[in-house]
Amino acid sequence: MANGTVAETTAFAEVPVNQALTPEQKIEFLREMYRIRRFEQVSMKYYQQGKMGGFLHLYTGQEAVAVGTISLLAENDHVITAYRDHGHALAVGMSMEECMAELFGKATGCSKGKGGSMHFFAPDKNYWGGHGIVGGQTPLGLGIAYALKYKGIKGCCLCYLGDGAVNQGPFHEALNLASLWSLPVIYIIENNQYSMGTSLDRSSAFSKCLAARAEGYAMDWDLINGEDLYEIRAKTQIAVERAHTSCRPSILEIDTYRYTGHSVADANAKKYRPPEEIERYQTLHDPLRLWKQRLIHEGLLDEATADKLDHQAREEADSAAHFADESPYPSEKEIFSDIYWEVDNNTESGRRGRHFFND
Amino acid sequence: MPLTTYRDALKDALAQEIEHDDNVFIMGEEVARYNGAYKVTEGLWNRFGDKRVVDAPISEAGFIGLAVGASMMGLRPVVELMFWSFAYVAFDQIINNAGCVRYMSGGLTHCPIVIRGPANGGTNVGATHSHTPENFLANVPGLKVVCPATAYDAKGLMKTAIRDNDPVMFMENTLLYGEQWEVPEEEYLIPLGSADVKREGRHVSLIAHGRAVLTCLKAAEILSAEHDIDAEVVDLRSIRPLDEETILRSVRKTHRAVLVEENKPFCGVDAQIASIIQEKAFDDLDAPVLRVSSLDSPAFYSPPIEKKQLPDAHAVIAKVLKIC
Repeated sequence: MANGTVAETTAFAEVPVNQALTPEQKIEFLREMYRIRRFEQVSMKYYQQGKMGGFLHLYTGQEAVAVGTISLLAENDHVITAYRDHGHALAVGMSMEECMAELFGKATGCSKGKGGSMHFFAPDKNYWGGHGIVGGQTPLGLGIAYALKYKGIKGCCLCYLGDGAVNQGPFHEALNLASLWSLPVIYIIENNQYSMGTSLDRSSAFSKCLAARAEGYAMDWDLINGEDLYEIRAKTQIAVERAHTSCRPSILEIDTYRYTGHSVADANAKKYRPPEEIERYQTLHDPLRLWKQRLIHEGLLDEATADKLDHQAREEADSAAHFADESPYPSEKEIFSDIYWEVDNNTESGRRGRHFFND
Repeated sequence: MPLTTYRDALKDALAQEIEHDDNVFIMGEEVARYNGAYKVTEGLWNRFGDKRVVDAPISEAGFIGLAVGASMMGLRPVVELMFWSFAYVAFDQIINNAGCVRYMSGGLTHCPIVIRGPANGGTNVGATHSHTPENFLANVPGLKVVCPATAYDAKGLMKTAIRDNDPVMFMENTLLYGEQWEVPEEEYLIPLGSADVKREGRHVSLIAHGRAVLTCLKAAEILSAEHDIDAEVVDLRSIRPLDEETILRSVRKTHRAVLVEENKPFCGVDAQIASIIQEKAFDDLDAPVLRVSSLDSPAFYSPPIEKKQLPDAHAVIAKVLKIC
């Protein structure tokens, strides 16, 4: 992980996009990061109690990436991500309740309990999922950008992927198309250094960094220290501007770290990396702690206020879990809805012929 | 009524839908300047320009995924596959994304995309270019699958597929592109999920889709002329949704069924049809339901041998004579 010097970080604080921030906005970022962290911690607790099925990929440690990048987006900018999608969902404004209820498999979940942890969606907030297959969302993000350009809308799509997804073929097809056709998509590689249990040096061949593969596609790229919100915003803003004004794609690689295993079910979570490494990140590089210190240093916050924000986030997460626990499971008749639009909408097309083949 | 090729019928449908809806565009390999590898899109780029007819590089997963994403945003992409066999490098995009995204989002998204191209053997291009994936794509709830046998059906079904709000896998046949049928110039739509009785008959139902329908019509002529057997030919036209009523009505009338397809036998489309018939028309049957499929091996290159792999009229007649 890059360690920005004081001079560098000050420089990022002074770029216009950060200078324009009000104290309230800066404090809001901290609140959002606390909300993500507490949401994840509470969801892990209930997962371990057997309240959830399947997988649970936690975002703890990476909070600044989603909060920092998404904070820059405007009305016509869109977001799509992979399976570690809770942080982005909360950052785009989805409620803890609908997200937690989805984890519990409840009817009140954002995807009615049909998608689970890896498939949160909120198209009304320009949030297009939540995708389970590694790298599978990268052509979809391209298509969202394609649609914006096709319709003549000035906007962009932030398409997130992990460092493990960079070796999937469709990602490279998407990069070529993005540059060839000049599409306003920004690929954000959240490099947490492990693709499941395989470290970066055992999975990827590269010269400077993963994002530098963009050079092969005549595309701009940048490398970002993911523990510094100012740097994330400063450098992401350049890519957003590029997409908006020149309709050009970018790759941003944001160095970050996940504190928990690949998923909560990752039996080897503490075997493929030394415990001291995790501890080092939590102690020295934690994005929440660093942002809090920054705000205290700027005179915008004191410890008591920060603790209060944290406490409120914890209460909100607990309350969301209570809501989820109390919510009803989907009814069995839900099994056959949301498969075909035409059937759901009872159109002539939806009524004609047999769509489902049980008895 | 004018005679039109299967190819031109498809082209006319595409042109009409491009004119009908600003959100419709065609994307695929060689579809624009080259005029289409099989000339289905010939002249469309000249007529409609770069925005509506888009040449894509050889990246099926990339551009099909792009089209799925664009369709979630309200566009109506019609993606050409030079061969349906090439879809196999894009299955994640087709099955996991186009097929599942509506369900996994609890109905918050939908995906009005058409993926079209030829899916047939019989052209001596070897196993990798001769696949017929209608059975396993129809196995995916969320996808629709259409296999027109004639120019008339190809045009009417293509227009419907483009207007449909679900992902439609549209499977054509290179051996039919140059064949002619009567096709009206005025607009018409053929709904998905409606089979067509291509020939009325009393003694046996020949149930087929795609080019196998034409094989059945030929067999029916011979059966009538040489064996005094009056065969009915039912063209499924759409595999999913499936017009079960028309299938059952025919079997209840003839009491015998031979199912014919150019698909492979194991879990082929006809395995599903046979299951439906035995379950819902068991008491109407006077004989076992028989099947004629492609021979159960990869496509042979050698032209005279490959011909033997696909069902022909004689194979159909042989099966019919076993039960009539």
